[in-house]
Amino acid sequence: MTAQTFGAVTLVLGVASGPILRLDEPLSFWGGLDSATGTITDRLHPQRGACVAGRILMMPTGRGSSSGSATLAEALRLGNGPAAILMLERDAIVVVGAMVAAELYGLACPVALANCQDWEALAAAASLTLEAGPEGAAISADL
Amino acid sequence: MALDLSQFDRELLGGVHGAGSAFAMRLLVRFAEAVDARAFINIEAAHVDGCLYHGRASLDFAEQMIELGGRVRVPTTLNVGSVDLIHPELFRGAKEHAKNGARLMRAHVELGCAPTFTCAPYQTAYRPRFGAQIAWGESNAIVFANSVIGARTNRYGDFIDLCCAMTGRAPAYGLHLTENRAARALVEIVSVPEDWDNERLAVAVGHTIGRSCGGLIPAIVGLAGAMSEDDLKALGAAAASSGAVALFHVVGRTPEAPDLETACGGLTPELCLELTAEDLREAARTLSNLADGAPLGVVSLGTPHFSIAEFARLMPLLDGPRPLTDIFVNCSRATLDELRKRSWEAPLRAAGVTLVADTCVYVSALIKPGVGAIMTNSGKCAYYAPGNLGVEVAYGSLADCVASARAGKVVRL
Repeated sequence: MTAQTFGAVTLVLGVASGPILRLDEPLSFWGGLDSATGTITDRLHPQRGACVAGRILMMPTGRGSSSGSATLAEALRLGNGPAAILMLERDAIVVVGAMVAAELYGLACPVALANCQDWEALAAAASLTLEAGPEGAAISADL
Repeated sequence: MALDLSQFDRELLGGVHGAGSAFAMRLLVRFAEAVDARAFINIEAAHVDGCLYHGRASLDFAEQMIELGGRVRVPTTLNVGSVDLIHPELFRGAKEHAKNGARLMRAHVELGCAPTFTCAPYQTAYRPRFGAQIAWGESNAIVFANSVIGARTNRYGDFIDLCCAMTGRAPAYGLHLTENRAARALVEIVSVPEDWDNERLAVAVGHTIGRSCGGLIPAIVGLAGAMSEDDLKALGAAAASSGAVALFHVVGRTPEAPDLETACGGLTPELCLELTAEDLREAARTLSNLADGAPLGVVSLGTPHFSIAEFARLMPLLDGPRPLTDIFVNCSRATLDELRKRSWEAPLRAAGVTLVADTCVYVSALIKPGVGAIMTNSGKCAYYAPGNLGVEVAYGSLADCVASARAGKVVRL
């Protein structure tokens, strides 16, 4: 197994690693994620039934209602949230949900912006480790 | 592209103004970075959509703010909660949910928010002025404030609306800035169904622009100047349900659109859309998944909350035999007080109307499980009720709704 490291921009601090779940379409957490199980419930989402718990969630962009922040925070509180979130576009709903879980419960769900040209290589990895620090983030991929 | 913090922002972060506002400012700084804002601005009011109980995390957040001694720094109104605190007996859901819902509502009052519990704060004494910088949550309130009043807010939501209230600050981005308020889509109404009133027209136009305009701000041309404030409220609520519309301009009617050129800020629209009578009839049809003549369980009015002017339209329609179907009307507690002052409450109740304050039929457990289909005059309620309540819905005008309640089945006048 070889490891490769990619640069990224920190949106929410923290360190996490785990297997990846790459979303094929954006997901609205509100109305689309069951915080009690971590399962995608949006009946129109192609990955309905998949579980985000403990995964490095690769979602290029966010979507949907601002109530998604509370859903994400609640999923993290219950231990059913993703281990970390990688994005290609800044998304306030995701950042706020992860920040609230960190502030209220001390639960880190780091969020980082990856580079577009690295996305396919990241998605091909077996697992990822994200270290999101105040000066920047690094993602190491086990290929 | 760093965030430029003022002396006051630094004081907030450093806890000079209390631990609650420091916590709020830490979150706001992260939020500002995520939306790529360069600075903060002062706001003069906030509307917080945090009282609807979605789970423990929202309650923990509000209670943490209280523990830190937090208090709002600007006049702050509250959106609907999960329960009607004036008529608690109406709640039919789980006791635990009612208890936590009421706790969440009271926690926000403890933080200094006004107990308005309404999704139509623009029809209360807290209505903002033209040009006011505000931080509002609740999609229909946001679109009304921006479009009909000309106040300035982005689509704030979960936690962040309260953080703005606790600091009196909001990130300077999006609709706070003049350059981002110009229309980028032109929507021309070329013909309208002859037998329609403005109420139905508003909902159909709103539903269509929500679905068609994406993130572009629409300028609507060809709507009769006679659109009332409640018509524009219905238009915005429908548009903010079927889409993410936070601002629309009605040329010749709304304050930032005296003419098309001004509405578009002198730019050429990226998208042009023509709507005909048939398009609008089709839009209204898609809001119903229930056939004419189908039996009804409940008629629900007041999404967004019914105004006094809307009650004035409803009252004469209720003259006649008592309806077979229950009519629920959602309104604010302030409107309820006004009804009592005008001695309108007793005749409404005598006509089979259940008045709901502080909450709304489609977000609370108010109707009997298994009661059957809903009819509403609201594009927003028609859009969300099938998903939220698992019921079939018919959309119709106010007069259709009352006639249908009287007949116990869907009737079109």
